[in-house]
Amino acid sequence: MSASAVFVLDLKGKPLISRNYKGDVSMAEIDHFMPLLMQKEEEGALTPLLTHGKVHFLWIKHTNLYLVATTMKNANASLVYSFLYKVVEVFSEYFKELEEESIRDNFVVIYELLDELMDFGFPQTTDSKILQEYITQQGNKLETGKSHVPPTVTNAVSWRSEGIRYKKNEVFIDVIESVNLLVNTNGSVLLSEIMGTIKLKVFLSGMPELRLGLNDRMLFELTGRGKNKSVELEDVKFHQCVRLSRFENDRTISFIPPDGDFELMSYRLNTQVKPLIWIESVIEKFSHSRVEIMVKGGKEFLMRAHFGLPSVEKEEVEGRPPIAVRFEIPYFTVSGIQVRYMKIIEKSGYQALPWVRYITQSGDYQLRTQ
Amino acid sequence: MTDSKYFTTTKKGEIFELKAELNSDKKEKKKEAVKKVIASMTVGKDVSALFPDVVNCMQTDNLELKKLVYLYLMNYAKSQPDMAIMAVNTFVKDCEDPNPLIRALAVRTMGCIRVDKITEYLCEPLRKCLKDEDPYVRKTAAVCVAKLHDINAQLVEDQGFLDTLKDLISDSNPMVVANAVAALSEIAESHPSSNLLDLNPQSINKLLTALNECTEWGQIFILDCLANYMPKDDREAQSICERVTPRLSHANSAVVLSAVKVLMKFMEMLSKDLDYYGTLLKKLAPPLVTLLSAEPELQYVALRNINLIVQKRPEILKHEMKVFFVKYNDPIYVKLEKLDIMIRLASQANIAQVLAELKEYATEVDVDFVRKAVRAIGRCAIKVEQSAERCVSTLLDLIQTKVNYVVQEAIVVIKDIFRKYPNKYESVIATLCENLDSLDEPEARAAMIWIVGEYAERIDNADELLESFLEGFHDESTQVQLQLLTAIVKLFLKKPTETQELVQQVLSLATQDSDNPDLRDRGYIYWRLLSTDPVAAKEVVLAEKPLISEETDLIEPTLLDELICYIGTLASVYHKPPSAFVEGSRGIVHKSLPPRTGSSESAESPDAAPSGAPPSEQPAVIPTQGDLLGDLLNLDLGPPVSGPPVATTSVQMGAVDLLGGGLDSLLRSDVGGSPAMGGTGFTAPSAVMPANLGPPPSGGLGDLFDLAGGVGTLSGSHVAPKTVWLPAMKAKGLEISGTFSRQVGAISMDLLLTNKALQVMSDFAIQFNRNSFGLAPAAPLQIHAPLAPNQTVEISLPLNTVGSVMKMDPLNNLQVAVKNNIDVFYFSTLYPLHILFVEDGKMERQMFLATWKDIPNENEAQFQIRDCPLSAARCACSRPSNQKQLVPEHTAW
Repeated sequence: MSASAVFVLDLKGKPLISRNYKGDVSMAEIDHFMPLLMQKEEEGALTPLLTHGKVHFLWIKHTNLYLVATTMKNANASLVYSFLYKVVEVFSEYFKELEEESIRDNFVVIYELLDELMDFGFPQTTDSKILQEYITQQGNKLETGKSHVPPTVTNAVSWRSEGIRYKKNEVFIDVIESVNLLVNTNGSVLLSEIMGTIKLKVFLSGMPELRLGLNDRMLFELTGRGKNKSVELEDVKFHQCVRLSRFENDRTISFIPPDGDFELMSYRLNTQVKPLIWIESVIEKFSHSRVEIMVKGGKEFLMRAHFGLPSVEKEEVEGRPPIAVRFEIPYFTVSGIQVRYMKIIEKSGYQALPWVRYITQSGDYQLRTQ
Repeated sequence: MTDSKYFTTTKKGEIFELKAELNSDKKEKKKEAVKKVIASMTVGKDVSALFPDVVNCMQTDNLELKKLVYLYLMNYAKSQPDMAIMAVNTFVKDCEDPNPLIRALAVRTMGCIRVDKITEYLCEPLRKCLKDEDPYVRKTAAVCVAKLHDINAQLVEDQGFLDTLKDLISDSNPMVVANAVAALSEIAESHPSSNLLDLNPQSINKLLTALNECTEWGQIFILDCLANYMPKDDREAQSICERVTPRLSHANSAVVLSAVKVLMKFMEMLSKDLDYYGTLLKKLAPPLVTLLSAEPELQYVALRNINLIVQKRPEILKHEMKVFFVKYNDPIYVKLEKLDIMIRLASQANIAQVLAELKEYATEVDVDFVRKAVRAIGRCAIKVEQSAERCVSTLLDLIQTKVNYVVQEAIVVIKDIFRKYPNKYESVIATLCENLDSLDEPEARAAMIWIVGEYAERIDNADELLESFLEGFHDESTQVQLQLLTAIVKLFLKKPTETQELVQQVLSLATQDSDNPDLRDRGYIYWRLLSTDPVAAKEVVLAEKPLISEETDLIEPTLLDELICYIGTLASVYHKPPSAFVEGSRGIVHKSLPPRTGSSESAESPDAAPSGAPPSEQPAVIPTQGDLLGDLLNLDLGPPVSGPPVATTSVQMGAVDLLGGGLDSLLRSDVGGSPAMGGTGFTAPSAVMPANLGPPPSGGLGDLFDLAGGVGTLSGSHVAPKTVWLPAMKAKGLEISGTFSRQVGAISMDLLLTNKALQVMSDFAIQFNRNSFGLAPAAPLQIHAPLAPNQTVEISLPLNTVGSVMKMDPLNNLQVAVKNNIDVFYFSTLYPLHILFVEDGKMERQMFLATWKDIPNENEAQFQIRDCPLSAARCACSRPSNQKQLVPEHTAW
């Protein structure tokens, strides 16, 4: 169904650490991985799924590491890739940076984590905040022999432990919109979409029930409020904690949040907006040794650059990388999305304050060049 | 302080030192030592010698130390099964520890120790853990049942663990439910007949409830399990769909894809008139689009699946063309998949945009990507008639760039455009001809030659052009040779007066100087046609060709339906059924979509295909190279084939078409055993052809087929003389020569063993390596008396075909190990394929077709039979179970 074994390899393909979950694929098969990867790369046929005989390798690359899962079955590929990315996420939260060094420096806890993250190819607990409650880096903590499984692990609310206490109960809400734009060489906009995310920083005691109100058009229509000042969210994705069936029924976003930082939701809008930043460019090549690039941005800026180049030429044809733009605009959302309210109810009845911040930034913002 | 210090000990005597430390009285020292051992294990050193010492550390109240010892056990227990027993007591004790973390750890680890002797001891603790009060232990025990089943299925059944596991589906804890579902699915997958997951509306309801509460992974297990359920009617299907759709909003892409799988499958049962059907269609598009914002590997899986979804239900994504536009920094594998989907979604409404994009891509720098973009333009021309002219002019612009591979690719697709729109764009031929010299790829050369031949009457210097190719005839690849032959024959039929010499030249090159049977046969046929009846020749060769249809590379509908059932899995990424790449899955029932029920539609057309879509909606499939008619009309070039993964399916389609079509009447009876064809030592009777265009020796086409048909029915088949397989020099004096034979259904290996050494040889034994057809000795090698020096013994070893199968290269390669009292010797030999063919090769047509369809593409191997003038057929040898059939794959003139 899923991975038979998981390997972490260095750039040369040498296994740094591995875990055999099912035992149906020989661990020695991993030796074929790197030669195969190089061969496929040479042929220009490299894909995230490689096959050697009956063994399939599903791999991702992170910094100077390869994370590889092997299987001989018709495994659920999307599950395996999601899982590998989850492993990266958990390791990164444990060791700050996940790279060759941190694997060696923490091999004991990595073995423990690998044991807890997956069992017989089935992913288990992958929430790093909960894992940190019972798998800690300082082994000494456990010496008392008192450590128990946090009930959270198997609870329906598997992302928040009980008994959290804060003096000041607060929630910080960040609404971040990234604009993806693709403009053709002739200046026509091919694709313009907004990818929004709502991130929460939760400092709340107990097991609070939260309800987030947005100016969601579907909700407004359902409640007969009309279309005014509402935003049509094309596709919405939620964190594990949000009750999806409730949202499906009446568009209510209700949840018990994890503690601390997390991404509550993301949404996508396809509405055509006027490009926030517009760029015109002229690239002129003079003989061998000079390139002139002229970039005109919006109404106000003009950049003209000359590059004097050595008159040595590369044989291959050059690509024409697009102009990528990075920007950030605080206190503003392109879509006009608004947090109307955030209701926080906890049985102890404390008052909590929500703080909202809006940011618009560039996503994949590309303008092709001539 | 980091763990890296544990890796630094590399001095000699390390093991000895570790041993001492492991047995130390000091807890801290012990733990440090175990860490060092694990570090050594991690870097691949063999520390199994320390097994007893490490196991001694197992009884500890230090959890970290215990985990490390368990880890060590998992790694080395298999190599030290006897000592592993030592650990059993501690395991059993740990399963009763007051701390659930330790109970779970013990049961989890015990399941991973794949030693038979230990599994018996595992049963009691496992039984307790399955009923443990702590859900963490229960969820771990549930998985352990699957582990144990993998080691000893019978034991699990006898102990009643499967029933306990089924009960856990009703557990109050969602994580326990999820793991129980996962374990049961896993067991059911390897034992398809077990009927373990007898899902019914009640259990489905439980699963749907658990779906809302369990972790993202648990949701995937449950959704994948639901996808195997067959709702009893459309109402049940709809109610399940309604409860699954909220999962489309989950942040985890894998949850989304598994939900899409359930919906795509159950949708099949819903009537299209239903309002809900339309609602569901609309709900599917946004999450599929959002998957393209995931990590590149997940994008890749999503795109391969979207490729299936747009073939099955094009209406879902028809308005979403733009999201498939390629971005500069997309990985190449994402770019290529996006391009494929763009072509599938191309329609009159969006063609302008698509073409502009494709033209942009065609000027990029990545060669593979550019080629595919150029091909895509051609495919758009064929698919969207209104755009054909623009596509052609775009292609001409690209040819002007003179970028070599762009030009070649463009010529290949223009050939297809000519096929689709004959007599419409000939004005471009002049431009094409300008680039003749730069073509160095066979496919492009063949395409150009085809164009010249097809429009010979309008190209003044067609004869010169073709003649220029003729000079290096024998250096050309087969497809160019075949094309050149046909093109010149066409030219001759169109302009007979000036080209007689040229046609004679090509016919003699093809028939006399070539040892390629396809080429020779085509040469002879043309020769006969031209010499017996030029008018008939004209009718055949210059006949109007069937138009090629708009869609290419479509997956054959039954395969497509099966793949829809496997959304998200490797099968959906490979576009191949699991039986094609998973060992031991041959017997597994193919998944198929549920039939539509209860709708008015099915009442009107009871005979409708299970896929439910009216035939008119399914775009026609281009018959590929297997098409007989296509062959006669010399269309060897086939339709454009895009990526490597798709190419395999088109071959299969060809095969199916071929067999459903007219060919079987030609092959009427003796399709089966044709031993002589595969035989060795076959000498070709040379067919002498008159040098001028006189009639060839025998009659018309019929003879040729009779000839091919008559080969099949020999009973005692050809036996090649024995050859030396293992020279004495290489085997310490043992010489083995042998051959293979088949007598009345029994295969045997006839061996001659000679002792050329000075000592007596005895204790002979033989073994085969796994091979393509599972050939294996049916009895041990029986040589009763010891073999004295200079003595020879002749022995016939009976063989069967029930051994393990592994594809060899060449296909009929057999690796043999022979053992005697002196040593073991290895040699390999090739066996003639005819020993595998059954005598009664006759099969009913239906059955033959069914058998053919059952064979996954991978199992199809092709090889050319050289020096065999008898038949024009090429053979594809396939192996449905152990029965061999000789299947003429297609004729290829």
